[in-house]
Amino acid sequence: MPLLEINGLHATVDGKPILNGIDLVIEAGEVHAIMGPNGSGKSTLAYVLAGREGYEVTAGEIRYDGKDLLEMAADERARAGLFLAFQYPVEIPGVAGTTFLKAALNAIRGHRGESPLDAMQFLKFVREKAGALNITDDMLRRSLNVGFSGGEKKRNEALQMAVLEPKMAILDETDSGLDIDALKLVASGVNALRAPDRSLLVITHYQRLLDYIVPDYVHILADGRIVRSGDKLLAVELEEKGYGAFVGAKAA
Amino acid sequence: MARKSTPFADEALVAGAPWIDALRGDALACYREQGLPTARSEAWKFTNLRRLERIAFAPSPAKGTPVAEIPDGIAALDGAYRAVFVNGRFDAAQSRLGDLPKGVEIGSLAAVDPDLLEPYLGRIADTQVHPLAALNTAYMADGLYMKLADNAVLDAPLHLISIASAGETAQRFHPRHLVVLGENATATLVESHVGAGETFSNTVLEADLGVSAMLNHYKLQNEAPDAFHIAFSQIRLADRASYDGFVLQTGARLARNEVRVQLGDRVECRLNGAYLGRGDQHIDNTTFIDHTAPNSTSREVYKGVLDDRARGVFQGKILVRKDAQKTNGHQLNKTLLLSRGTEMDSKPELEIYADDVKCGHGATTGELEEDALFYLRARGIASAEARAMLVAAFLSDAVAEIQAEQPRAAFQAVVDQWLDATEASTR
Amino acid sequence: MAVTSETLAQVKSVTEDGYKHGFVTDIEMERTAKGLSEDTVRFISARKNEPEWLLEWRLKAYRHWLTMPEPQWAKVSFPPIDYQDSYYFAAPKSDSDKPKSLDEVDPKLLETYAKLGIPLLEQEMLAGVAVDAVFDSVSVATTYKKKLGEMGIIFCSFSEAVQEHPELVRQYLGSVVPYADNKHATLNSAVFTDGSFVYIPKGVRCPMELSTYFRINAENTGQFERTLIIADAGSYVSYLEGCTAPQRDEHQLHAAVVELIALDDAEIKYSTVQNWYPGDEEGRGGIYNFVTKRGACRGRNSKIAWTQVETGSAITWKYPSCLLIGDNSVGEFYSVAITANRQQADTGTKMIHIGRNTTSTIISKGIAAGRADQTYRGQVKIMASAEGARNFTQCDSLLIGDQCGAHTVPYIETHNPTARVEHEATTSRISDDQLFYCMQRGLSAEEAVSVIVNGFCKEVMRTLPMEFAVEAQKLIGISLEGSVG
Ligand SMILES: Nc1ncnc2c1ncn2[C@@H]1O[C@H](COP(=O)(O)OP(=O)(O)OP(=O)(O)O)[C@@H](O)[C@H]1O
Ligand SMILES: [Mg+2]
Repeated sequence: MPLLEINGLHATVDGKPILNGIDLVIEAGEVHAIMGPNGSGKSTLAYVLAGREGYEVTAGEIRYDGKDLLEMAADERARAGLFLAFQYPVEIPGVAGTTFLKAALNAIRGHRGESPLDAMQFLKFVREKAGALNITDDMLRRSLNVGFSGGEKKRNEALQMAVLEPKMAILDETDSGLDIDALKLVASGVNALRAPDRSLLVITHYQRLLDYIVPDYVHILADGRIVRSGDKLLAVELEEKGYGAFVGAKAA
Repeated sequence: MARKSTPFADEALVAGAPWIDALRGDALACYREQGLPTARSEAWKFTNLRRLERIAFAPSPAKGTPVAEIPDGIAALDGAYRAVFVNGRFDAAQSRLGDLPKGVEIGSLAAVDPDLLEPYLGRIADTQVHPLAALNTAYMADGLYMKLADNAVLDAPLHLISIASAGETAQRFHPRHLVVLGENATATLVESHVGAGETFSNTVLEADLGVSAMLNHYKLQNEAPDAFHIAFSQIRLADRASYDGFVLQTGARLARNEVRVQLGDRVECRLNGAYLGRGDQHIDNTTFIDHTAPNSTSREVYKGVLDDRARGVFQGKILVRKDAQKTNGHQLNKTLLLSRGTEMDSKPELEIYADDVKCGHGATTGELEEDALFYLRARGIASAEARAMLVAAFLSDAVAEIQAEQPRAAFQAVVDQWLDATEASTR
Repeated sequence: MAVTSETLAQVKSVTEDGYKHGFVTDIEMERTAKGLSEDTVRFISARKNEPEWLLEWRLKAYRHWLTMPEPQWAKVSFPPIDYQDSYYFAAPKSDSDKPKSLDEVDPKLLETYAKLGIPLLEQEMLAGVAVDAVFDSVSVATTYKKKLGEMGIIFCSFSEAVQEHPELVRQYLGSVVPYADNKHATLNSAVFTDGSFVYIPKGVRCPMELSTYFRINAENTGQFERTLIIADAGSYVSYLEGCTAPQRDEHQLHAAVVELIALDDAEIKYSTVQNWYPGDEEGRGGIYNFVTKRGACRGRNSKIAWTQVETGSAITWKYPSCLLIGDNSVGEFYSVAITANRQQADTGTKMIHIGRNTTSTIISKGIAAGRADQTYRGQVKIMASAEGARNFTQCDSLLIGDQCGAHTVPYIETHNPTARVEHEATTSRISDDQLFYCMQRGLSAEEAVSVIVNGFCKEVMRTLPMEFAVEAQKLIGISLEGSVG
């Protein structure tokens, strides 16, 4: 049974059709990359998967881990191991990064039937993961994402992923805004998560990320449809030729 | 119990069309019921009218008193249409209203067929909330009438010049202005209030903007040092209308300018102002922005400079009603106090009943920023000059809110003159 | 319906027989007759064995009260209070009237206690269960009291202070909130029954947070509580009032008065968590909390800081204020107010700058949900003498749902050009983006709201003493339960 299975997915935002029939199957342990021009619907797909309000599914179905994903509320999906690293992480003033992460982790642990971590255990656990991503204690203490640079926000998303250990992680342009060193750190963090029961959906504009996180499949999304699928070589080809060759005159 | 006082209500009411008689009668009853506002009334907490009561203002004669020439102090607007009023009465000789564009009527309210006024006059302003506005309704005699048909465009600003003039006897009068813009109509109205002697002008202006209409409305209150200026304007904005308002108050012994605006759907409303006080002046700006429908934006910036023993009052209220979702409301009041003895009372107020809104207000009062002063002085600019520069910059920022170019320049000139006089006095 | 008729019915059922008319000063009696008169005032004073001057002061207040109109300016609405339909003095309930055990207490209340993690013994105390054993807290308090006594600190009930330290009480009572201040405070002056008294001697730093919670006789301080705290030169004290657990009280009208006095270089920190019964979802029942709190920074370099977390009561009417008299004195006001269902709150502060270089800071965070209404009302007044004064005010309101209202009414009056006053306010709702982000990380909608609102209130919450802060945080979440979705 695949971990994620999307069939004939159509979705609208504010009445405007954005996704126009997406089919995608991701087996456990696989890494899929999605590339596509600006505005093609990549983030929309990610939001639909995560269950954001205002993104209306007009046709199609999504099964996740044997369940009907569309029936589940956003927080249920998260507790069931579906994680989205946001393209634009949200600032929450006054809420310390650690406070937030602890609440999230214990909510998810509770769902898995594990006991909540106490403050000491939690801090030890987080510090370890944070160290690997070069995230300082100061950043953990500060209000979540408030005043963080673009790259810091992305590293913070990677940290949350590392701590929450999701089954299905969707990374929406987690690489944009990262400097070269940070890109390597984040990639190795992601690779460390790779496991036979975990899958990744990586949205990116740059082939370079895929040098570090090597995908099993690459899909090209245009006008809300997957217009081409292939292996990692497709990304290389895309880098050379640009989208024009794949999506016809319509693409930007 | 509170002593209630009802001065200025001794004249007989003028009889006219039955509906106007009823309006006047109700208004007079309303005034007598409430009396002259006192500090006990929340809306008049900071502005005391007792001094007004001590002066024996006589009702201005019905015939009017034509003037030989327009006094100094008005906004300089070359090429504008002109409607001149002396003690509230239309002065045809001084006015320039020839060749109005198609669909535009401008003239004396007293000369208009009452049937045409009935849908508007006394129907736009909530005069019962303001006893002196009710008094105006009871005794109104004349004022500006300006009506634009649907899609009409007034091709140059209309300059309303109001002259308050008194000789031996102190004069009181109640100008009443009515502005009606049809759908999509566009106009610029500039008011200049000037005069001489001991006067009490108690003005009411009602404006009704149709769907998508646009009004630029700028007022200069530059009355004489012995004048009392009380004004109440209410502007009703239909869906998608836009309004750019600015009030510059620098004249009069005691002035209160109150503006109420009602916003429909998708309205753009800008309600800005500046106040310049010196001597023993008391200048009050009171505003009320009423968001009644969704998706509208209001912006309000009032800035003032007070010198000597002048006192400033700002009361600004934004009301967002239950249905006015997606409202954007922004309000700012800043005052610079230049000398000991000045006083500023500021009450910016938000009353909000809709949740999907972005509203905020800010208020600051104090001296010039030390940092900025230091920066200028570190560049070699002498202290007095640095101060003057910063005060000027502070006010220019306010005047810059005026969207129409010619009035902006005219108001800036008035501000510059005031600043020159301040500087001269400090030397 | 008269506001107290429900209360009356309850009380009546208990006291039907013992009710007497036309008493004067029968000190054996447990209860005054219903209603308010000079006799009521005399009865209370006699019952407490008060000196003549205090009785006179109460009577002056009472006579003045008769002439005063109800305050009308606050944005709250409720039926007129029938002051004659109420009892003004009742000795503590005897054990036979109380619930015998927690089994007899409203399960909803217990549920909340559990969520707040309140220990069983304290639950019993809060729920007013009759317990034979001496409370731990009482014995703890006795131990502390001894230690405090050694340092010269006086911390006792107001009644005790009247007996033991009459000269201090006489010197300071009514010196910050005069008996004629406002209708509610004047009523309190006439009929207050008990409260707390604190005196910190010169140069002493009180080594622990003083809390009404640990006060002996903490029970039944009643609806007209009176608190007086004096910090002598160079001293410091932090005082905690209330607790996070929902408190029930049979009296609907509460009109407390708190007076603080800080002398040269002294500092008083006063923290409140107010969680009186707010009434049911339709707004029935619930406490009217009409409180007058004021501190006088009399000395140079003195400081008074108010922190409040207000989540309870049907109606809150409260403006903890500072009179900044001493040069360089500092006033602070940090407030979180949460109103849900049909609660109404009109709260804020007054900062009156009189001395030179006085500074004040106001941080107010208001959250309205359900069909609640909330108003921040604050006055900053800079007198002509307040050379170099500074004020900074930040008021933020958060709306949850489209049936509630949030209002901001500041009064800023500046009479001195060297002063600098800054005020900022915003009103908005919880952002959908923030909610979704939290939920994407596994938090339920309610948890998400709680996290976001706690963040919104952070600046205020961090001024609370540690032992309060954690509970107060949970309280914020609990107060908003059912407001989302
Ligand atoms: N609320 C909205 N109302 C109308 N259109 C919207 C809304 N949100 C998104 N869209 C449109 O949907 C389309 C897809 O947006 P989406 O964010 O999914 O693109 P993307 O592929 O992630 O692009 P990028 O590479 O720039 O991140 C865009 O044209 C965008 O403008
Ligand atoms: Mg995107």
